[in-house]
Amino acid sequence: MRSIFDSHQNLLLNMKWLIDLFSSSLGRKVVMALTGLFIILFLTVHLIGNLQLLKDDGGEAFNVYAYFMTHNPLIKTISYVNYAFFVFHIVWAIMLTRKNRSARGAEGYAITNTSTIWSARNMGILGTVILVFLVIHMRQFWGEMHFGTVPFKTYGAQEVKDLYTICADAFKNWWYVALYSISMVAIAFHLWHGFASAFQTLGINHSKYNPVINFVGKVFSIVVPALFALIPIVMFTL
Amino acid sequence: MKIKLKVWRQKGPNAKGEFKTYNVDHASPDMSFLEMIDVLNGELIRKGEEAIAFDHDCREGICGMCSLYINGHPHGPLQTTTCQLHMRTFKDGETITVEPWRAQAFPVIKDLVVDRSAFDRIQQAGGYVNVNTGGVPDANEIPIPKKIADEAFDAATCIGCGACVAACKNASAMLFVSAKISQFALLPQGQVERKERAEKMVAQMDAEGFGSCTNTYACEAECPKGIKVANIARMNREYLGAMLTSYEVGSGGGGE
Ligand code: HEM
Ligand code: SF4
Ligand code: FES
Repeated sequence: MRSIFDSHQNLLLNMKWLIDLFSSSLGRKVVMALTGLFIILFLTVHLIGNLQLLKDDGGEAFNVYAYFMTHNPLIKTISYVNYAFFVFHIVWAIMLTRKNRSARGAEGYAITNTSTIWSARNMGILGTVILVFLVIHMRQFWGEMHFGTVPFKTYGAQEVKDLYTICADAFKNWWYVALYSISMVAIAFHLWHGFASAFQTLGINHSKYNPVINFVGKVFSIVVPALFALIPIVMFTL
Repeated sequence: MKIKLKVWRQKGPNAKGEFKTYNVDHASPDMSFLEMIDVLNGELIRKGEEAIAFDHDCREGICGMCSLYINGHPHGPLQTTTCQLHMRTFKDGETITVEPWRAQAFPVIKDLVVDRSAFDRIQQAGGYVNVNTGGVPDANEIPIPKKIADEAFDAATCIGCGACVAACKNASAMLFVSAKISQFALLPQGQVERKERAEKMVAQMDAEGFGSCTNTYACEAECPKGIKVANIARMNREYLGAMLTSYEVGSGGGGE
């Protein structure tokens, strides 16, 4: 007779392929690609929201938007998925980079010559810069919004937190604007390689689609970080 | 022409190696790189020193046996095998640095010779087709589009030299493995073991300790046979598809 315990054991045995998949060299890369592409989508939405900071309405559009983003249950769910994906992307990046370093062996080359692009060789360093920025960024805005004492503003019948003023204040610090801009440069370089790379990882490499993927990747990696950086620079100079 | 050669010398697998410098005063521009080392070795033997150990076999660019990491490039500055690299590629009086392939999975045996049997084990894990006995089938009975046949043939030109591993900053073997998976996956004859092949070859590649591709494409730039990274994308598709749909529950990658 089969006990519940047996069937649990079977379930575990049955999951082994999944564990194998995500710990294999190829599976780990798939984690990087899927999470990376999701974060790219997130960046797009985030940018559209941020651009409202530049609207000349004393922050109303931005504050109402921020209220919506922190209260809509669907958006809230997606944002937790987003945080999880960031964590996966970072943890898997560390695992991959460590394994790849050790694969060369104890003795390295005395001379190396390479024609490959700089971004592709330095995804880990670029990622680390982004990570440092992320920590400061989250503390500054996300932390304030959720746990800090943010003043309220009333628009019609709606009373919302005034995140606009928090941003405007932060962007009066030249060092924060500088850090922000440098980090956007790091994201630009990360995506210069990463965008198209994610498609290759997922097996999408086809002469019909490659030109489009490469073009969109290059445009995205310049335009989106540039627009992100434009906001604090404009608000600093105002 | 005169050449100064900085060569990695290492007595055995566990010995400590170091660079030694040799002068080759009578090299001809028409010699291959290997013939130049032959000349140097002749001199060393006459002087009672030990000859420099290096791999070679066909010397016509088809066996994949020759190696050598020359001035920062596997097989030297040209996209060819070392046996097909001629001294005219270098300048008179140039200093040339020669190192073995460097990879955890390719340990040095002696001097410039590394153990590439990891590739054999990957191949044995799944790089084959089963052919049943019986009457000989007509060769023209199976329709294969010309484009697909060409694509498979291009993948099959991989000579297993390991330059892709040597060139890759992650010592990844994915260009090699993807070529071997592709040459069968594209053809009707390769369909029976298609999923099993992808799972097993990738699992063996991981078990050997090769790194993971980060799509820098250094391999494609150095491969003497012009194997394309599109094969790596195909391998990714083959492997993912196999892992998600094959009947095998217990195998397929994850070696650390
Ligand atoms: C703005 C946030 C980020 C975005 C949009 C992003 C996006 C991407 C994308 C699309 C890839 C390509 C995946 C592939 O080649 O298949 C990638 C790779 C990578 N990312 Fe990120 N990333 C971000 C943040 C980070 C952070 C914070 C780290 C690490 C601390 C990081 C580390 C890496 C590494 C090491 C790779 C290369 C992995 C490999 O090719 O094996 N990234 N990223
Ligand atoms: S893919 Fe190219 S570089 Fe790699 S083993 Fe085959 S022939 Fe050599
Ligand atoms: S010796 Fe055979 S390929 Fe160079």
